[in-house]
Amino acid sequence: MSSDFWIMLTAALMSACCGLLGCFLILRKMALIGDAISHAVLPGIAIAFLLSGGRDSMAMMIGATALGLIAVFLIQWLQSSGIQSDASIGIIFTALFAIGVILVSLNARNIDLDLDCVLFGEIAYVQWDTWMMSGMDMGPRSVWMLGFALLVILTLLGLFYKQFKITAFDPAMAAACGIPVMVFHYLLMGMVSMTSVASFESVGAILVVGMLVIPAATAYLLTDRLGRMLIYSVIVGIVSSIVGYYTAYVLNASIGGSIVTVAGILFIITFLLSPRHGILFRKLQHLKLNKTSLDHDMK
Amino acid sequence: MLDMLVYIMNDPNVRWIILGCMLLGLSSGVIGSFMVLQKKSLIGDALAHAALPGICIAFMLLGVKSTAGFLIGALIAGMLATVGIRWITEHSRIKQDAAMGIILSFFFGIGVLLLTRIQHSGNGGQSGLDKFLFGQAASMMREDLYLLTGISILLIAVCTLLFKQFKLVSFDRGFARGLGWPVVWLEQIILLLTVLVVVAGIQAVGVVLMSALLITPAVAARYWTDRLHIMVILAGIFGAVSGAAGTVWSSMVSQLPTGPVTVLAATLIFAVSALFAPRRGWVARLWQQRQNRLEWQKQGGVSHEQ
Repeated sequence: MSSDFWIMLTAALMSACCGLLGCFLILRKMALIGDAISHAVLPGIAIAFLLSGGRDSMAMMIGATALGLIAVFLIQWLQSSGIQSDASIGIIFTALFAIGVILVSLNARNIDLDLDCVLFGEIAYVQWDTWMMSGMDMGPRSVWMLGFALLVILTLLGLFYKQFKITAFDPAMAAACGIPVMVFHYLLMGMVSMTSVASFESVGAILVVGMLVIPAATAYLLTDRLGRMLIYSVIVGIVSSIVGYYTAYVLNASIGGSIVTVAGILFIITFLLSPRHGILFRKLQHLKLNKTSLDHDMK
Repeated sequence: MLDMLVYIMNDPNVRWIILGCMLLGLSSGVIGSFMVLQKKSLIGDALAHAALPGICIAFMLLGVKSTAGFLIGALIAGMLATVGIRWITEHSRIKQDAAMGIILSFFFGIGVLLLTRIQHSGNGGQSGLDKFLFGQAASMMREDLYLLTGISILLIAVCTLLFKQFKLVSFDRGFARGLGWPVVWLEQIILLLTVLVVVAGIQAVGVVLMSALLITPAVAARYWTDRLHIMVILAGIFGAVSGAAGTVWSSMVSQLPTGPVTVLAATLIFAVSALFAPRRGWVARLWQQRQNRLEWQKQGGVSHEQ
């Protein structure tokens, strides 16, 4: 298989995972918790690396998901003790990220974990890092990790779509309906952590935020229905990863960086031109309304 | 350990760097207090990320590493980012947090794109650029120290002169507006000062962790007092102490970057404050609850636990 194919498959899987979860983050006004989680998984990755002594995907997934959940728990704990929510996010994720950076740089000689790679991703090397099972080459490891993450997300969202939907729009009503809101909250956060670690190799820990928030926000401007929003968000993510890949190729620059840049440009276009929520059409609507009311007054 | 410390303190170079980091911690603690009270803690995070493309563009235009050029580039990028966040929240139904996430990652994405472009183009002067991500206080030069000193003096002077105004804007924006004060301008001044600190600090602690220096000392200081001027002074002291501790500690262990250690020192101060501060701390509150319960029982009330 050509390397282009594997790189784009990885990027597409990553955009699908992030796009689906991003919608719920945006609707629940937790975009910045996603940011915090994607930074906070770093110590989890480092600890898993140190304990397992290698790039064991499963250990990394578990370590990072655990750290992500710990971060969410700590943020909530600080909030309940009376600190503003954004301040508590800021305190927790910077502290965890600092621990992660220190762990990685102190053990730089023992572990083969490049800090630049963790932060910006090296999607171009995806096809070299393959998963060997009993001597058989099973294809790139990232594809397997992301595929597994996507499978988990699709299963959970498919099983509990209604519950996730009600919790996203109206947590109070969800609680009144007897839905265990906290369980779904932590399920969502667990999935975000899992996705962050699965995609850190392709776009890096920092740009995962971009893929979580930007395509979902773009979709949010295009539709009022959750089902469509999920689909649009995934499409926007996949389009930006393909266009971004070629842009990076032409510019000879970071693929992760250019994927997020393309997603940002798509967002700007939507922001200006979206048929329902875009600036341009809103302006036209205002003009039309003004005109009709003027006409009305004349009569 | 101790003679190592003495050895380090005798190194004039290290003393400069410690001074620089202390100044940085001091100024970020002071301005961070106002940001936290305005419930804009994470703006600093967005500003720090947004500075990266500004720095890269400045480098591409100038072709050399120049702190003044980086400062201007980052300043412009930071201002653009804040305008972008406001623009998105005002003109669409996207909320503030998502707008910040979008702007932060979009700007950072452009920054990474430009950074790798510079690196791949093989320009010799780029070696220091990637230091902006985690910061390297050791690379601080005399020129940077003068800049930091200038920024700190300016910041403290402005905060002292406009203290009353900043105070009212932070606590009760509506009332300040009712008095006919130029609230928007005052907020812009606070933001501008924050951008200055963030840009100056990126070199020492890096893009990702800069926001910690703005938030953590300020929140820690809030535990100890209810008066703004004491909070601001305390936050400044906490910031300066973490800056000094971070530099000393990281220069004693090889391979240890300054930024993360500084942030951990600040977090430690925060944890101690959150646990042991009088009245607001965790221990004090537990004690108070116990006292209340005993008092309640003495008066013949029914205890909850029965």
